[in-house]
Amino acid sequence: MILYFLCLILFCVGLYGVLRKRNIVKMIIGLGIMEYAMNLFFVLMGYRFHGRAPIDAKDQNILNMVDPLPQALVLTSIVIGLGVTALVISIAIRIYEKYGTFDITKIKRLKG
Amino acid sequence: MNSATIIPLFVIIPLAAAFLISLVGKFIKRSSETIIFISSLALLSFSLYARFLLNSSAGKIMIYKIGGWTPPFGICMVLDGLSCFMLITVNLIAFFVAVYSLPYMEQYTDKPKFFTLFSLMVCGMNGLIITGDLFNLFVFLEIASIASYALVAFGTEAEELEASFKYAIMGSVASTFIFIGIAFLYSFTSTLNMADMARVLSNKQNEWVIPFVGVLFLMGFGLKSALVPFHAWLPDAHPSAPASISAMLSGVLIKTLGIYSLIRIFFNIIGATQGYLTVLMFLGAISMIVGVVLALSQWDLKRLLAYHSISQIGYVILGIGLGTPLGILGGLFHLFNHSVFKSLLFLNSGAVDYATGTRDLKETGGLGKLMPVTAKTNLVASMSIAGIPPFNGFFSKAIIIIACLQKGNFGYAICAVIGSILTLASFMKVQKFAFLGEIKDKFKNIKEAPFAMLFSMVCLAIICIFGGLLLIPSLRFFLDDAVAVILKGTGYAGVVLEAAAK
Repeated sequence: MILYFLCLILFCVGLYGVLRKRNIVKMIIGLGIMEYAMNLFFVLMGYRFHGRAPIDAKDQNILNMVDPLPQALVLTSIVIGLGVTALVISIAIRIYEKYGTFDITKIKRLKG
Repeated sequence: MNSATIIPLFVIIPLAAAFLISLVGKFIKRSSETIIFISSLALLSFSLYARFLLNSSAGKIMIYKIGGWTPPFGICMVLDGLSCFMLITVNLIAFFVAVYSLPYMEQYTDKPKFFTLFSLMVCGMNGLIITGDLFNLFVFLEIASIASYALVAFGTEAEELEASFKYAIMGSVASTFIFIGIAFLYSFTSTLNMADMARVLSNKQNEWVIPFVGVLFLMGFGLKSALVPFHAWLPDAHPSAPASISAMLSGVLIKTLGIYSLIRIFFNIIGATQGYLTVLMFLGAISMIVGVVLALSQWDLKRLLAYHSISQIGYVILGIGLGTPLGILGGLFHLFNHSVFKSLLFLNSGAVDYATGTRDLKETGGLGKLMPVTAKTNLVASMSIAGIPPFNGFFSKAIIIIACLQKGNFGYAICAVIGSILTLASFMKVQKFAFLGEIKDKFKNIKEAPFAMLFSMVCLAIICIFGGLLLIPSLRFFLDDAVAVILKGTGYAGVVLEAAAK
């Protein structure tokens, strides 16, 4: 149970980074932390202590096995996270070229 | 083979087009234009053909099993009335927007990249609509979202980058919430197939999990569809994109990513209780009023249209939230109508921008004489969105208001009427400052937009005028089948699993 709580704390750290930080690079790092927290959470859901991989073989009787599906899904989710992070970082670089700052409070030409 | 083999084509065609364009677009002149035209035309005709096949199939449902795995194992693709309705809407708009983009995108530098991203976005939306697997839905949602983040920043000017950054951060947070919701649902039901999940959920006692997951999904998809507490990104992101992409974003992206997923999950998987419906109606009514009030004070043409998107999404959500057959019919019909006239309005704004180089309503004026086609189609679209008979917007808004009255929700009906009047007011402003009045000296020499752009706008205007005909009995199957899927609720599970077992 304590692991799930640590996961939640990690998620909240990421959310804090996205919501409260003024530097856009720190916001992107916060986003990354959020993604890691949720991936960790999903893997934990399928994990069994002292379990093993569910590989079916002759004369083997597996009693306690790990659910492999969340691991496959998290792999996909990590790739998606990579794509988003790469895109957001490249946008951040272009923003720095245009505005000359990473401070979110100074980047506001849009209004309304 | 059976007729269900048509279903994966909706993902394959745009994906192949994106690949081919990025491969050869740089080297062979005009290849990217040819590929995008052929692929979007093929998608449109296939979606109409799928509608035809669906009519003749048993139980009005078609299922394609990827790799031959029978559900609940493996991934299946489901084409039912609602998916077919959304497919036709998306591919219709995508086709006209693609045709419009051929001349319009000349002002940007890299056309092949634009069309690659455009195809990927269409691929994501089509995949999201036809998939029958919850995690697969998330993957397609991310494909469409990432393509749209990149497209918003396509001009790489300061404002566009800022809007895109805001949109990307908020969209990613929304995706995170959706992902956590899926993780909870998976651990609760130990399945990812949407039909099987609905079956398991209806047999299990509801504990605290379902309301919690409901809130997560409402946050996630509410942010994607820009309902009012979550709307802050939309008025920045939609006007910043090139006009053809604004038309796609406002016209279909927020509806597929937001409303379609919301309907599918809340009605067909979780099963909509009165509590969810009340929340949806409330959010819809707030969006309706707040969106239009904010729109009234805007002077940037595209920004004004973006605020109207929030308001019109409110109508759709209100209609669907009513939960009565008439309300859902009105909501879905308004969804279709809104995607037609809002795309048309954004394409008009693009034509004005193309000709004059500005979209500030304080600077334009008298364009009606020099750009007659744009002005006329804009008039049609403005009257549709304001709900003037006999245009299509009138019928859907009337149905929603009647459904409100039928259910006894007089307050929401009054909200809808007020929203409609304010919409009319703000579009009279557009007409007055953009197309009527005296022409300014510096715009004396502007020309009407090129033929391909006019073609798209005129076709969409014709659909606006004759859209109301979808309500006559012989054509109503298009809407009625979609309504039937929603009304069936969690009975969706039985239908899909039965059809898949054959």
